[in-house]
Amino acid sequence: MKTVKVLGPGCKRCEATVQMVRDEAARLGIDVNVEKVTDYAAIAGYGIASTPGIVIDGKVVHAGGLPKEEDLAVWLNA
Amino acid sequence: MTSALRGASRHRPTWIWCLGVAAFVVIWFAVYGQLAPFSEGAVGLFPLAKGSHAYEAVKFFLYDTPKVLMLLTLVVFGMGVIRSFFSPERTRALLAGRAEGVGNIAAAVLGIFTPFCSCSAVPLFVGFVSAGVPLGVTFSFLIAAPMINEVALGLLFALLGWKVALTYLAFGLGVAIVSGWIIGRLKLEGWLEDWVRNLRAGQADLPANRLTAVDRIKAGIEAVKEIVGKVWLWIIAGIAAGAFIHGYVPSELLVSIMGRDTWWSVPAAVLIGIPMYSNAAGIIPVVEALLGKGAALGTVLAFMMSVIALSVPEMVILRKVLTLKLIAVFVAVVASGILAVGFLFNFVFA
Repeated sequence: MKTVKVLGPGCKRCEATVQMVRDEAARLGIDVNVEKVTDYAAIAGYGIASTPGIVIDGKVVHAGGLPKEEDLAVWLNA
Repeated sequence: MTSALRGASRHRPTWIWCLGVAAFVVIWFAVYGQLAPFSEGAVGLFPLAKGSHAYEAVKFFLYDTPKVLMLLTLVVFGMGVIRSFFSPERTRALLAGRAEGVGNIAAAVLGIFTPFCSCSAVPLFVGFVSAGVPLGVTFSFLIAAPMINEVALGLLFALLGWKVALTYLAFGLGVAIVSGWIIGRLKLEGWLEDWVRNLRAGQADLPANRLTAVDRIKAGIEAVKEIVGKVWLWIIAGIAAGAFIHGYVPSELLVSIMGRDTWWSVPAAVLIGIPMYSNAAGIIPVVEALLGKGAALGTVLAFMMSVIALSVPEMVILRKVLTLKLIAVFVAVVASGILAVGFLFNFVFA
């Protein structure tokens, strides 16, 4: 079970990112727990400056804009 | 898009993408060259007397709309590709710990190229300040990023020529650099909201994103879809307003209100611009029409900067991180800068 946190104040792209993570995980058959982090202080605590950000098992893998599907697959498989 | 299609586009070779871009540019120039005869012909289809107010207004609209949309598409695509080389995180790493002065200049220039959306203004502000970017340098970035963007520069270039576009760029940078520097000198860190001041975060160690040439072309296409898709209505509304001014508003009236000899028109333009909220796309066709009727360039540029750089929605968003006092200082400093630009411009180009 991987824990994926999507960091973002709740903009359209953040929602889209959550959905992309769920879809890609389902496609790969990986069990994930997706959490949304919307608190500004918490987001900044991860050291990013643009949203949406993605944290997988405590490691920041992405910041700013929608992720690429190919990258999502790599991160989820890592 | 089906997943099969997506799979196919993933593996399409680079040369096809490059060829596609080249073909697009060639067709673009071919079509662009035909716009003037097209508008001449199209306006003839309307039952309007040549030289009448309505004829002039319709012709303005028919010529400007395709011209502006086409130029905007090209500029936004180019900027989308360039921006794929930048990210807020990388910009922050370049700015962190930098001295004021040089830092303000670098921040304002990077503000032009770094991808920025107002929905991410707060994470960006907090991310910058908590990672050691000085407050004044952060402000230089935050002033330049929305004010000097590809839509504003592209449209100014398209409608008013490269001289006006470059002037706007230079003076916009000037306002961002000097305003940020002044805010830094005032030492207002204590006026940030407490949670921002107390937050100390590092910089995330992101894996390098390896973008290929195709990824960058795709980034350009995405930018066109997103930006042109969002602003085209504003542009058409702006051109319609501009067409009305062009056809119907008498020059004498405008010159008396916004002409060079009316000293109070610059402060009035800045004050009216603050509560007004439009993006560059809607305001620039109006600017073009105003200039055509004899309004002074400095007055019009000041109005435009004020509308774009100082907006109430942005202040509401920034209220989450700045105290009201700090927002007031921010508005006062930037408005003074814009005022100075307006006066200087009208004086120099008299």
